Amino acid sequence: MTSLYEEITETSVDIPVRRVTITVNGEKRSANVEPRLLLAHLLRQGFNLTGTHTGCDTTNCGACTVLVDGRPAKSCTMLAVQADGHDVMTVEGLATASELHPIQEGFKEEHGLQCGYCTPGMMLAAKALLDENPDPSEDDIRWALSGNLCRCTGYQNIVKSVLWAAEKMRNSAG
Amino acid sequence: MSLDEIKIGGMGASRRRVEDNRFIRGRGNYVDDVVLPGMLHMEILRSPVAHARIRSIDVSKAWEIPGVRLVLTGDMMATRNLAWMPTLSYDTQAVLATDKVRFQGQEVAAVIADDPYIAKDACEAIVVDYETLPVIVNPDQAKASGAPLIRDDKENQPDNKVFDWEVGDRPATEKAFEEADVVSEIELHYPRSHPSPLEPCGSIADFDRSTGKLTVYMTTQAPHIIRAAVALVAELPEHMIRIISPDLGGGFGNKVPVYPGYVISILASILTERPVKWIEDKTGNLISTGFGRDVYLKGQMAVRKDGKILGVRMHTISDHGAFFADAQPSKFKIGLMHSAFACYDIPAAHLTAEGYYTNKAPGGVAYRCSFRVTEAMFFQERMIQAAADDLGMDQAEFRKVNLVRDDDFPHRTPFGFLTDSGQYGKCLDVALEAIGYEQFLKDQEEARKNGRYIGIGISTMTEPLGAGNSREYDILGIKMFDSAELRVHMTGKAILRTGAKTQGQGHETTWAQIVAHELGIPADDVVVEEGDTDTAPFGMGTYASRSTPVAGAAVAMVSRKIRAKSRKIAAHLLEVSEEDIEWELGRFYVRSSPDRGVTIQECAMAAYSNMPDGMEPGLENTAYYDPPNLTWPFAAYVTTVEVDPETGVWDVLRMVAVDDCGVRINPMIVEGQIMGGLTEAYAMASMQFITFDAEGNCVGSNYMDYLLPTAWETPGFELHEVVTPCPHHPIGAKGIGECATVGGPAAFVNAVMNAVGHLGVRNIDMPLLPDRVHAAIATRSDISGAPPVRTDAP
Repeated sequence: MTSLYEEITETSVDIPVRRVTITVNGEKRSANVEPRLLLAHLLRQGFNLTGTHTGCDTTNCGACTVLVDGRPAKSCTMLAVQADGHDVMTVEGLATASELHPIQEGFKEEHGLQCGYCTPGMMLAAKALLDENPDPSEDDIRWALSGNLCRCTGYQNIVKSVLWAAEKMRNSAG
Repeated sequence: MSLDEIKIGGMGASRRRVEDNRFIRGRGNYVDDVVLPGMLHMEILRSPVAHARIRSIDVSKAWEIPGVRLVLTGDMMATRNLAWMPTLSYDTQAVLATDKVRFQGQEVAAVIADDPYIAKDACEAIVVDYETLPVIVNPDQAKASGAPLIRDDKENQPDNKVFDWEVGDRPATEKAFEEADVVSEIELHYPRSHPSPLEPCGSIADFDRSTGKLTVYMTTQAPHIIRAAVALVAELPEHMIRIISPDLGGGFGNKVPVYPGYVISILASILTERPVKWIEDKTGNLISTGFGRDVYLKGQMAVRKDGKILGVRMHTISDHGAFFADAQPSKFKIGLMHSAFACYDIPAAHLTAEGYYTNKAPGGVAYRCSFRVTEAMFFQERMIQAAADDLGMDQAEFRKVNLVRDDDFPHRTPFGFLTDSGQYGKCLDVALEAIGYEQFLKDQEEARKNGRYIGIGISTMTEPLGAGNSREYDILGIKMFDSAELRVHMTGKAILRTGAKTQGQGHETTWAQIVAHELGIPADDVVVEEGDTDTAPFGMGTYASRSTPVAGAAVAMVSRKIRAKSRKIAAHLLEVSEEDIEWELGRFYVRSSPDRGVTIQECAMAAYSNMPDGMEPGLENTAYYDPPNLTWPFAAYVTTVEVDPETGVWDVLRMVAVDDCGVRINPMIVEGQIMGGLTEAYAMASMQFITFDAEGNCVGSNYMDYLLPTAWETPGFELHEVVTPCPHHPIGAKGIGECATVGGPAAFVNAVMNAVGHLGVRNIDMPLLPDRVHAAIATRSDISGAPPVRTDAP
């Protein structure tokens, strides 16, 4: 964290920390972290990227899914130190300043979200799929998203959202 | 020329959601995203055992950990008279245990520290000496003679009974059974389940001594009820309490009750004079907060040879856990269980209900349903199928004989509700036609010859949505109306606030559509805010599918008040009398000269710049809406399945859903609600349940043990609609958010029973896990109760 000063509290005196450098959404960021700090917590509290949600703490729900070197990872059970030297993409990295990612558009167009809590993880898992397979079948999508739980929307509209995005990405690539 | 309502995002437009703009960018603002300066973090120590006397709690080691600011136990809460709190159902609940723990996961101590990791460390350093007591995990044990008394804290509580309740006409029902040709009987267990929104519960309490103001960010579906509860429990003046419910990561009834964590964080902030954040972990959420269901349902149906139902008896035994903590309307102890059979024309019915305390977490919340109608509709549709089978009548035909006819409204239901509208027969016909019912029956016969087990299940249901009216419905005496406040700015843009609280239902989108429909102000020009008690008008919040029926109606009514004032302004601007003014969407004009008119936006400007003499300036108003009746949506769900007799695995072949929720404000959102509800219905039928072992250990305390369906298991759904407007709702709408969760499970279960019924299997209790289905087929017998827990030796 950058500030003009860092307060030394009673707690910060003797705790060993390790410096990590992670490329987050294309920007190189460094922090001193306790070895036990989870990646999700570094992203949320350290870097203020609160779009990464923690749901279950056990790698089941996928709300905390981020891309590490392009592959989906559940950041609630990954240590921040394990991400040292790697490339991490969060939901905040999907859109550019002026343009939404087609997956984001797809989720809005096909009503692929309700409360929005699972959405960042869903979209990133979908991105990993579409980066590998630009023309997935419905089954491909259901399988790729089977590590991500949704409680409001169910999955039908989420699948449609990803199909919508795939088509748009193919058209603009073509 | 009148505006095109769809173009301005009015009623009937599948307007894309406004709230999505922040959610898809990761810019939602959930409680855990809120950071306040100087904020401390709280963690709760929970009981590892289900029933035990607390001999001692030693917190000294916790205090020694650097960064710990406060350690709280029940004794310390008691010095502030906060060790216990009232629940929303006239019971009491321990905030932090003082005498005993009564369920596994109960709150025992809390640590407030500089960061959540330290708080967790310190919780582990607290030593509690428990003297374990015999454990009660079901109503049978609770009512056995000599059973240990769970609530020995209460005066006048000699046993473990929470309530005894009855409704209906016993003598008339007895008579109906005397006249019956066939008496059919069924006994079911609706297993305990957790609503389990992905976001757990949490709060940030911020007490400012300099102003005396307490601000609490909280995961609550009903912020105003919480404000009232905090005022009463913490004895703080109500005007000095501000509850903010920001974005919620789902609710489903789980975020209605008041939880100990909220209360502890408030006291911690008062004591430390710092903001205190408490965010529950998933296990804490799953083992301690608002469970649903857990009801044993038993009943009989009296039927005449020609298929006419003469009467119904129902008996329910519900397991409420250690505290009766869910919110139910005061008059109805087992919620709206007596809405059962509301869509059928049945002359006589009688229901008895018993509720019991057990050593389990508080249960009985209305999990995605209107006060326990899920259990009622499940019993109804399983009973209907059993009666049709016993009678030897086709299940669809049996329903058609008994469904309330279109010309029979208003209709008095067997337990005394008044339903007002619907096309029940038509909905069922649409569903049967869509699935190809007749053909399926032929296919089924063929399939059986080849050893394939396919089945078809029907569920037809109506449910009472949108409490109140205030005559019948209150929570702790607070009447169940709702509210909306609309402020139209001078440029014709507006802000709308309501007493409801969206959790994914899309209020920010749909409420603006109602304003657009009533006033012709484009929906994009209306911003919607909810969840802040300092700014929103008083309301009872969002649950029981009450938002559109009550708050949505208030939005229409406040818009009409704005239109009435605008009409006076228009008359002034057009220099004619008010009687000579006509309205078309977005514009007033002179009846005799339609070209002469003013838009609603011009009226808004005039309200601030050129109002008539003597008129109060401005264009704002508030409406409180007390509905004359509940709304009664109807649905017909039909499912086909194939059961593999070798493994017990069953696959959904097709699922057709026909919903009639009256006029649809935003069809896209309505369909989204139905598909979400069907997913949860499938979840409960197939895999989603939580059980307890004999020691009261919760089996299902995390998502590895508590199975929720993913995209891979969940079948596809085919949706159809029928529209019967609600006669008393200002825009003809009825509730919809919960219909599919309520009516869906019976369709899946009936389908599996239809597939294996010819083997002599009459009932398999949910969840229909493959091993249970396989066992039923293999033994040609019923499978009852919750799945047994593995009892490996420790």
